[in-house]
Amino acid sequence: MFKTASTAITLALTASTAYAATDISWWHGMGGRNGEVINEIAQQFNAAQDQCNLTPVSRGTYEEALSSGIAAFRSGEQPNILQVFDAGAATIIAAKGATVPAEDLITSAGESFDRDAFIAGVRNFYADADGKFIGMPFNSSAPILYYNIEAFEKAGVEPPKTWEEFEEIAPALRDAGYIPMTASQLTWMMVENFKSRNNQQFATNNNGYDGFDGTEILVSDDNQKMMFEKLKAWADEDLYGFYGAGWADNLKPFEEGQAAMWIGSSGSFGGLQQSAEFDFDAVYMPYWDAIEGAGTQSFIGGAALFAMAGKPEEENACTAQFFTFLTSPETQFFYHRSTGYVPITEAAYELAKSEGYYDDQPVAEVGIQQLMLEGGEWSKGYRMGFYPQIRSVMEREFNRIFSDEVSVDEAFSIIEEEGNALLARFAKTAN
Amino acid sequence: MTDTPFTIAEAETTLFARLRRWWSGETANPVKRVQFDRPLTPWMFLLPQLAVVAIFFYWPSVQAVTSSFYLEDPFGFGATFVALDNYTDALTSRGYLSTAAFTAFFCVVVTALSLGLGLLLAVKADKVIRGAETYKTLLISVYAIAPPVAGLIGMMFFDMHMGPFTQMAAWFGYDLKVGIDYWDTASALIVISVWKQIPYNFIFFLSGLQSVPVSVREAALIDAKSGWRRFCDITLPLLAPTAFFLLVINITYTMFDTFPIIDVIVKDKPANNPMTLVYKVYLDGFKGNDIGGSSAQSVILMVVVALLTVLQFRFLERRVHYG
Repeated sequence: MFKTASTAITLALTASTAYAATDISWWHGMGGRNGEVINEIAQQFNAAQDQCNLTPVSRGTYEEALSSGIAAFRSGEQPNILQVFDAGAATIIAAKGATVPAEDLITSAGESFDRDAFIAGVRNFYADADGKFIGMPFNSSAPILYYNIEAFEKAGVEPPKTWEEFEEIAPALRDAGYIPMTASQLTWMMVENFKSRNNQQFATNNNGYDGFDGTEILVSDDNQKMMFEKLKAWADEDLYGFYGAGWADNLKPFEEGQAAMWIGSSGSFGGLQQSAEFDFDAVYMPYWDAIEGAGTQSFIGGAALFAMAGKPEEENACTAQFFTFLTSPETQFFYHRSTGYVPITEAAYELAKSEGYYDDQPVAEVGIQQLMLEGGEWSKGYRMGFYPQIRSVMEREFNRIFSDEVSVDEAFSIIEEEGNALLARFAKTAN
Repeated sequence: MTDTPFTIAEAETTLFARLRRWWSGETANPVKRVQFDRPLTPWMFLLPQLAVVAIFFYWPSVQAVTSSFYLEDPFGFGATFVALDNYTDALTSRGYLSTAAFTAFFCVVVTALSLGLGLLLAVKADKVIRGAETYKTLLISVYAIAPPVAGLIGMMFFDMHMGPFTQMAAWFGYDLKVGIDYWDTASALIVISVWKQIPYNFIFFLSGLQSVPVSVREAALIDAKSGWRRFCDITLPLLAPTAFFLLVINITYTMFDTFPIIDVIVKDKPANNPMTLVYKVYLDGFKGNDIGGSSAQSVILMVVVALLTVLQFRFLERRVHYG
């Protein structure tokens, strides 16, 4: 009885101290272990200072988080911080009055901001054409090639650096009884990052960064089509397994030890450690040796945090404080270790190295190293409106390619036609 | 029709009967009216219901109609009046038309199969004497499953890596690829949707059958020896009100309530898989953030459903005989 009473008093006291602090909210689209890590980060932030109290709220998937953020903004109930995924970046960046650019937010709160502290691969993706950070990069990932060590030993081959090497080794893996390769989310792997790894232009208007008017998607060029002609031919020769648009369906054969290679996210590392009962390693995502200038860094995947507009100054100051806390090497290293997402600052990467993290977990370093590769003209990022819908169009056509309903040529001209219609429509809304 | 005495067979079917009367301008049978001493009192009783309808139906409908004429950025900073552009965009897009065609096909197949199988099971269960309750409970219990759960269970059977149906198809040399092949996914969708809806139809058909008077059945037994003839001449016409009610409900079910099943099957990524118009409205509006386009689609859907309802009452319900 006495215990209950004292607990109640303690609770009341904590409640009143929390009341004195400024409350800020953070809507995100992460579930499972990644969602728990977000709660841990919020607790660490709340414990580190006493002026601000951050409450994270899960709003379902990435897409759901974005649409509930939008709906909330329209009714004036927006959170202070909204997590927006890579494909949705154009939507929120185009809505200039909806957010306070992360860089402005931090500098106007009197804190310092250094663009060069971030690793090269994340600097541009959520920034405007001048390089000003609109979103604060948060969970960042790169597509990498995971491989089953035992399968490669059995077949007596080495993991491929280029697609040419893949063509040489894949038959040996097939003959050893494996599906040589599967890949999740072909839109991210074989279109977006085909463009970045092979330094290919993805859209007019400087990949869309120079404005939405007249931006057109470029996917029906010979190189892009060649990638899919090859994938289709590999699928027909049992060198590549296509299992639809679902992420997990394509991962499963690898997890079960049937597939020798899987192209997935560097952020999948934590999950794979638990689900795969064999030894695996990872290398960079392959590129085409035949394409001149190929082998550049990949686009950053994952999501960024945006500070929503229309909030009182003291709340914005708290948001700025949280962004600074989030980019501190300690927080970044904690996040990197707990999830598999890459550290976004050079300092955090150095910290992870000096702590000897990569000696134990070499796979965890592959993603960040790939993002730190030399950048090309077209590997900084892309900005296209209604991009989630363009991805859906691609997914539809890819399914049709692999079920022989449409030729690669035809599929990409449909994607370009429907994609451009969506882009033109978005340009009209953005005016 | 007006001279037949109005007896209440089933609560729901009478609602349709009244609606039909209202449609055809007939006056209802004089029933005892409740008298209120103040003219405002009845409105007070109606108010909560009217408020619910206004807030959750009329207000959003008006919003949808308005925004369907505008092209708007997702955050609502500016809307441009584009007249009928959103409608022409939708009606000329390849994706929309093929979705519309699939929805029509899906509607016909699922309604026909779930009504047919529900009726067959009800007729058979009606004849069972021993253990009748167990059969009925087993058949009805599926109805208690929520649609997303039904979708999940269904997908376990059709999973492309380990689903038993996929393995069974493989015995016959067929490579079932639900999620990749359009018609394989369509079949899975139909099987799961029908399975989910049969119990509902079963309950209503069974209660309909049980309300056929024993005297009528016995009289029929003297007239016709063939069970099929008796079914066609006596049972079916007497079941018509139930069947009509179920037809309306089943069409609504396939058009709207199969949403969670589709959502589970396409797993967030529709790709080349079939979907219904409602799912497309959701995708374009909530995932694509195209508010104008998605509003136009939902207005088209409203008009289609309204037309369908009018057609059903105008042409089909005339043939229904309310006992």
